[in-house]
Amino acid sequence: MIEDPKVMTQPQSSTGEVLLSVEDLHVWFELRRFGFGRAGFVRAVDGVTFELRQGEAVAVVGESGCGKSSLMKTILAINTPTKGDIVYKGEKMSEYSRSELRAYRSQVGYVQQDPYGALPPFMNIQTILEEPLIINGVKSKAERLERIHKVLEEVKMTPVDEFLPKFPHMISGGQQQRIVIARAMINNPKLLVADEPVSMLDASVRVEILKLLRGLQETHELAVIYITHDLSTVRYFSEYIFVMYAGEIVEKARMDDLLAHPRHPYTLALLAATSDPDPKNVNEFQEVPPGEPPSLVKPPPGCRFHPRCPHMIEGLCNVDRPPEFEVLKDHKVSCWLFKDEQINA
Amino acid sequence: MAEQNVLRVENLKLYFKASKGIVQAVDGVDLTLTTNEAVVIIGESGCGKSSMAKALLRLLPRNVETYSGRVYLNDMELMGMDDEQYRKEIRWVRMSMVPQAAMNSLNPVLKVGEQVAEPMVVHHGVSKEAALDQARTMFSRVGVPVDFINRYAFELSGGMRQRVAIAMALVTMPDLVILDEPTSALDVLTQANIMNLLKRIKKEISTSFILITHDIATSSELADRVAVMYAGQIVEVSDSFRFFSAPLHPYSAKLMASVPKLRTKVEPDYIIGQPPSLINPPTGCRFAARCPKRFEKCSEEPPTVNKDGRLVKCWLYT
Repeated sequence: MIEDPKVMTQPQSSTGEVLLSVEDLHVWFELRRFGFGRAGFVRAVDGVTFELRQGEAVAVVGESGCGKSSLMKTILAINTPTKGDIVYKGEKMSEYSRSELRAYRSQVGYVQQDPYGALPPFMNIQTILEEPLIINGVKSKAERLERIHKVLEEVKMTPVDEFLPKFPHMISGGQQQRIVIARAMINNPKLLVADEPVSMLDASVRVEILKLLRGLQETHELAVIYITHDLSTVRYFSEYIFVMYAGEIVEKARMDDLLAHPRHPYTLALLAATSDPDPKNVNEFQEVPPGEPPSLVKPPPGCRFHPRCPHMIEGLCNVDRPPEFEVLKDHKVSCWLFKDEQINA
Repeated sequence: MAEQNVLRVENLKLYFKASKGIVQAVDGVDLTLTTNEAVVIIGESGCGKSSMAKALLRLLPRNVETYSGRVYLNDMELMGMDDEQYRKEIRWVRMSMVPQAAMNSLNPVLKVGEQVAEPMVVHHGVSKEAALDQARTMFSRVGVPVDFINRYAFELSGGMRQRVAIAMALVTMPDLVILDEPTSALDVLTQANIMNLLKRIKKEISTSFILITHDIATSSELADRVAVMYAGQIVEVSDSFRFFSAPLHPYSAKLMASVPKLRTKVEPDYIIGQPPSLINPPTGCRFAARCPKRFEKCSEEPPTVNKDGRLVKCWLYT
């Protein structure tokens, strides 16, 4: 049911209770070779640990192929973890029964990347939004309609009655994304997973959609996982940033801290490659580390970024995998360069 | 220095027939381009950017209603040419293109080297070996390992495929290359790499570039001049230095304000409303309905004003 509005507008604090914790999560996909059985594994997610508190937004930043979508799909209970677990409200997901899993899924909203691809073209908006309610056992038609109206008003698709009979192709890209967000919100989830929600949209509507998501997050005290490759949008969205590279989280920090004082060489490279509109750019070449991200079937030993890293320490970075060093409160970085900068070693 | 105009476009129009009426995708565009210059065309999707590229290269779909105006390439009039002459002498000889999502536009059943060499064989009549040699030179120029010449598109990463598409556009050494969203499907680091590559090529050879994009931040990496397109028309043309510091047209200003920036704490803004339909575009200024500075005059078609060498189509500057 819809919560009491007074509860919704509580000031947010990072000391809220832990909603979701990901513990040493590994998601490996088996590679099969014709006739020979197993040919190895794609280590899409390889030892990821983090906690997400109620009312908190984290951005997972990384390039394609770094495992951020596999991580997301595991949190959505689409993939099963190879090792490690996801703990939701203190209960391990691996121990869920079928009905518990179903209940969990109804508490997690999913905002897809491509709104047009995510909306069934043969359903009108009312049907699209009604379906999750039917599946989750809202029997009364009147209640379903009431909730559809409420959620469409929240995503600012007004007048609601005008949009209900429309099909996805009849509305603009920004409006389609609003419908996707409405569908994710209709079961009053506790957690929202947004996979590049604005990358397919025009610059002029991107900010509008991000502000809408931020507004929903604040009014409903949602925990949000915002997956993106675009560092310039995270400033307006999240409390924390996790930088992912080749299946691992290499740096975790508060948003402003990470943008002001990035530590990991990969984070530095990502930030340097993100342009701001500036006429001076024409005369300068951007600094880009050489090479490409490694294969996740046979990732390099030691630090996975070492073949591209300008600060590589021979005999250390290419041998031992760096643990997480806490260089500041809430700022952890997996890089040997910061071995001596730990605050509580 | 008297700079030579590579391209001069006058009153270019491209209308399409659709079931609901006539779509005025490109409506009276004027543009000039000098040697070794890069002009960026920015605008929201559906503003006619890609249609304009197609109109310049005469890659037209069947439902064209009007295709008119004047296009001069090195003072040679192109619109009067018949299609066969255009195909033989202009397309991919003097003017080529890196299409949108170029990395997915490679032929999956041809080796990438053959694809890059093909324009040389077709247009310059060189032998296949000589063309492959030229392809090797192009590969090293765009930063693709030369032995990739025998690979297929699926064996390359997205960034490498994009480089191959650029090599394919450059192989005949055209005067003008049109890049349609060359980096929009790529990762941040790859995107920076490709922009570095384009900058380097621009320094090395005298080709001019038209870069079509909606990514304003990335466009600033290459732009000498910026043209802003809205609802089928160019509303502002300015040198990039003055444009990125202070755009003139209210639409340009709004568009610039909507870009999330990494290095400043300014809250980005968004443009209320949507671009008008191109089927029956409003009379007068097409941006008037969304414009914060609208006044009575805006219901009439605004003139294009030259303000200190910058062109702006807005009543505010008359």
